[in-house]
Amino acid sequence: MTVTKRSDSEVIDYLLKAESDVQEVVKITDQYPDLTIDEAYDLQKKLIEKRMEKTKTKRLGIKLGLTSKAKQEMMGVHEAIYGYLLSDMLAFEWEPLQQHRLIHPKAEPEIAFIMGDDLQGKDVTADDVMNAAKFVVAAIEVIDSRYKDFRFTLPDVVADNCSSAKLILGSKMVKPEELDLAGIGMVMSKNGEMVATGAGSAVLGHPAEAVAWAVQKLAKRGEGLKKGDIVLSGALSEAIAFDMDDTIIAQFDGLGSVTLSSRYVK
Amino acid sequence: MQQQIISTLTAELLEAEEKLVPVTPLSKRYPELSVKDSYSIQLQWVRKKLDEGRVVIGKKVGLTSKAMQNMLGVNEPDYGHLLDHMRVTNGSVLSRRDFIKPKVEAEIGFILKEDLCGPNVTYIDVLMATEALVPALEIIDSRIEDWKIQLVDTVADNGSSARAVIGESFYEIDQVDLRTLSMTLLKNGEVTATGAGAAALGHPAQAVAWLANKLADYNISLKAGELILPGALSAAIDVDSGDEITAAFGKLGTVSISFCD
Repeated sequence: MTVTKRSDSEVIDYLLKAESDVQEVVKITDQYPDLTIDEAYDLQKKLIEKRMEKTKTKRLGIKLGLTSKAKQEMMGVHEAIYGYLLSDMLAFEWEPLQQHRLIHPKAEPEIAFIMGDDLQGKDVTADDVMNAAKFVVAAIEVIDSRYKDFRFTLPDVVADNCSSAKLILGSKMVKPEELDLAGIGMVMSKNGEMVATGAGSAVLGHPAEAVAWAVQKLAKRGEGLKKGDIVLSGALSEAIAFDMDDTIIAQFDGLGSVTLSSRYVK
Repeated sequence: MQQQIISTLTAELLEAEEKLVPVTPLSKRYPELSVKDSYSIQLQWVRKKLDEGRVVIGKKVGLTSKAMQNMLGVNEPDYGHLLDHMRVTNGSVLSRRDFIKPKVEAEIGFILKEDLCGPNVTYIDVLMATEALVPALEIIDSRIEDWKIQLVDTVADNGSSARAVIGESFYEIDQVDLRTLSMTLLKNGEVTATGAGAAALGHPAQAVAWLANKLADYNISLKAGELILPGALSAAIDVDSGDEITAAFGKLGTVSISFCD
């Protein structure tokens, strides 16, 4: 069987349309079984540029995925992944999410870093990350794969900007050195029932280690973190699916809480 | 709207402020007046003040609570300019006679250390550009008769701004939780209103971000050093001569003002 290869821009439009139509699509590796991770990052880069242009948004920061050993094993990989956050992805504790704009969203509790300085380089360490970060803050990331049934291979998810959809931050800003980030306990509940627990160490041992990994990875593409970037360092537990009228609260030791609520608003 | 009507209304409002004689609502006399026209009046009003040697020291956001927006039938805030002659010292005594029908609002003031230029300014950008948070009181006073304002009236009237007072305590943004920071407004020692930071559009920094993005339409940015008042944390309270007003903001401290005859 021969498959007509589509151009990069067709693949990008395919994924962007899935997002804007709120419609899941067949994963791209069904058509391109040979797509490499590197090529997937190339696609991601172009997708982000096009999405920023289309939605008149700006870069907000970076997110990490597959930062837990369990998830990496599940995907059969040995490293994390990263994607970009854009300004229209920033959602608020004081404004319910519009459920009808999301396909099959899931919530992940994370520790977010807000960068006080640029950070770039292939030798960047967790200490460098702690020094360049101005604040840490409690976060919920909403992931919403554009792929059918949330099923994908590694190149698929990278090209899909690592399923990025929304993020919500708590209102308590803390200087990173004031907390033992690996030791932060987290409890997440949905509609009052506990659905997950975890600790900062779930993120590659220490959230700053995960961010350092991302900076090293970005350096290979001549990129880095910028002052003011929000960095979602990876989930402290598995992702929890939610639907309209659900409320999810993640409480973090020393960082306060962050709340997500979702409504059907049209 | 004709440029001439805009100029006439600007002159009317300048005179109303100077002579402390309010005018009939513009919305009543010019039902076709748009919000855009009103901002043109406000900007012309500011230019006149600058010509007189006044200096812009900051900006204020108004109508940030759902209650106020519902009252005026709008679904977004408005803004005004703060000029140097509006600044008064914490603890000072003001003469009631310098106002028409004053009210006081308590707000969390932001002092910026970096410029903020819209569009796409997020509330996180605002927090990162903030030098300090300060306790603040805003005295508002409508140059429109009996506060019978529609959105276009208050916008033309510079958001009803009259005076701004800030306390001496300065805090950085990680020292308070801006959504839950408390506000207690005391009139003559009695608790008259209470609220928390979230009353201003969910998060006071969100109100500042709204302002930075809104001003981008007019090619105006928020400047380093400016004081930004992001909106009241409770309903405004009426004040009269003899009243002493204090707003307490938990660990952010207090700010006070009194009125004499």
